[in-house]
Amino acid sequence: MTEAARAPIGRDRRPFMRRFAIAAEPYLYSAPALILIAAVMLVPLVIGISYAFRNVILLDPFSGGFVGLEHFREMAKDKAFWLALRNTVSWTGWSVLLQFVFGLILALLLDQPFKGRGLAQALCFLPWAVPSFLSGLNWAWMFNPVIGPIPHWLYGLGILPAPDNILADPKLAMWGPIVANVWWGIPFFAITLLAALQAIPRDLYEAAAIDGATPFQRFRSITLPFLAPTIAITVMLRTVWIANFADLIVVMTNGGPADRTQIIASYIFTQAFRRLDFGYASAIAMVLLALLLVYSLLIVLLRQTLLKEA
Amino acid sequence: MRPKRLGFTILHRAAILAYIAFALFPLFWLLKVSITPNDLLYGEGVRMWPSRSTFDHYVFVLEHSDFPLFFRNSLIVSLSTAFIVTALASIAGYALSRFAFRGKFWIVGLMLLTQMFPLVMLIAPIFKILSPLGLTNSLTGLIIVYVAFNVPFATFLMQSFFDGIPKDLEEAAMIDGATRFKAFRQIILPLTLPGIAATLGFVFTAAWSELLFALMLISGVDASTFPVGLLSFVSKFSVDFGQMMAAGVLALIPACLFFFFIQRYLVQGLTAGAVKG
Repeated sequence: MTEAARAPIGRDRRPFMRRFAIAAEPYLYSAPALILIAAVMLVPLVIGISYAFRNVILLDPFSGGFVGLEHFREMAKDKAFWLALRNTVSWTGWSVLLQFVFGLILALLLDQPFKGRGLAQALCFLPWAVPSFLSGLNWAWMFNPVIGPIPHWLYGLGILPAPDNILADPKLAMWGPIVANVWWGIPFFAITLLAALQAIPRDLYEAAAIDGATPFQRFRSITLPFLAPTIAITVMLRTVWIANFADLIVVMTNGGPADRTQIIASYIFTQAFRRLDFGYASAIAMVLLALLLVYSLLIVLLRQTLLKEA
Repeated sequence: MRPKRLGFTILHRAAILAYIAFALFPLFWLLKVSITPNDLLYGEGVRMWPSRSTFDHYVFVLEHSDFPLFFRNSLIVSLSTAFIVTALASIAGYALSRFAFRGKFWIVGLMLLTQMFPLVMLIAPIFKILSPLGLTNSLTGLIIVYVAFNVPFATFLMQSFFDGIPKDLEEAAMIDGATRFKAFRQIILPLTLPGIAATLGFVFTAAWSELLFALMLISGVDASTFPVGLLSFVSKFSVDFGQMMAAGVLALIPACLFFFFIQRYLVQGLTAGAVKG
């Protein structure tokens, strides 16, 4: 036996030390990852929470004092913040809903066996490989009437009165980033839902078909109940993720025109990056975190109820 | 029954083709504008293919701009991040897969927590911590941050791949006198190569795409990554669409190559990971 090489501490042959070495092994394996996570994510998180109650402005040597709930009072009066909150709801709601509906349809389509399915699947999932900043830029160019086709198509269909850039129109601008996000995010839903679909036992469908169930009945009473837990968890993760996802908006509209596409995540970034007001940015981030935690808790409870019924 | 079945098949194929067209059209457009000569750009703006094509935009981007530098920076950052993350996630994922220990619940909980909170919240504190260490405006600083952000998900991914390999293999090796680490290195790791490839590819793509932290932490041209470079290019020369799109196509190549290479494994990994998450 080469016990000596087992773990750094294992060189000591006393039984207690050996027991200790064996117990410590999993911790040794996970230590590098954990130390890094603690140093780069948890410590900054705690500091970030403390910033929310302090006056922290980068490059200002007189800042740093404790201001209590001042940032939160400021936020309550900040019209841009409330607008960003409303925008976050519509941005997240529409993005998740459309990604989910199209992702489910795509997963159902790809679940049917057909010739060339592997290639079709790889092509359908390709948008997910496109870096998010690049898909933002790409869609911004597609919406630009000078070089992009979309305004001309919308004009031709009679949807737009003139071939203008919808990203410059305060009423429509939000649809630009939403379309880009839907295009980019459908594959993720499709991949997870497809995996869940393929886990459903096939004989259930055969039995239902013998009993004379219509395709719609089969979908409602077999597919949906089986997918429900996956749907709940995927929708939850994606909602949290999309609510935090500022890249597309920063790249496509930078929150404009007139803050009509500013969401909380991009507003935080603007406060930190352009105004260097880290204290206020952290206070807003804390509100976003609290809202997302409440939301996740609700979804987890909903999922538990669904699982109990199933 | 027959005609109905045929109708369904046609509908199904048409729907698949329609989706593929929707998925690929923006990429096609990027390519199309990048090879359109400047004098045709506005006149033939909405034509599906220009009457003449040129590679001038690519030549310009490669020879007269900072993009080769950005490309090199991005490659260094993404490759280093991918390899470090995969190494750390392999051993941590192995621990989660093979040991039952008291701290496991807390480690998994901690890693799940990191997936939940808004990363934008960390921008300010991370900047304040890295700045006195001289790690802002440096590729090393960016790599450290990206590694930490990507380790939790990569660990879950690796854990699900290890779960798929029977325990008897390393137990047999350990009875034959190998240490656990030796068994892990010589028997288990080679079997997990597809999983390792998937994790490498996933992390590479994530690091290649990251924008906000790169914007915040990097201010000079020397350490700019591709996203930052492309964005500053866009705000500075916002009229030169051909060159921007040529740069965009170049940025797309590494990510798409990696994706094609690992797509199959990633679907398996996400499946197993999603069930646990």
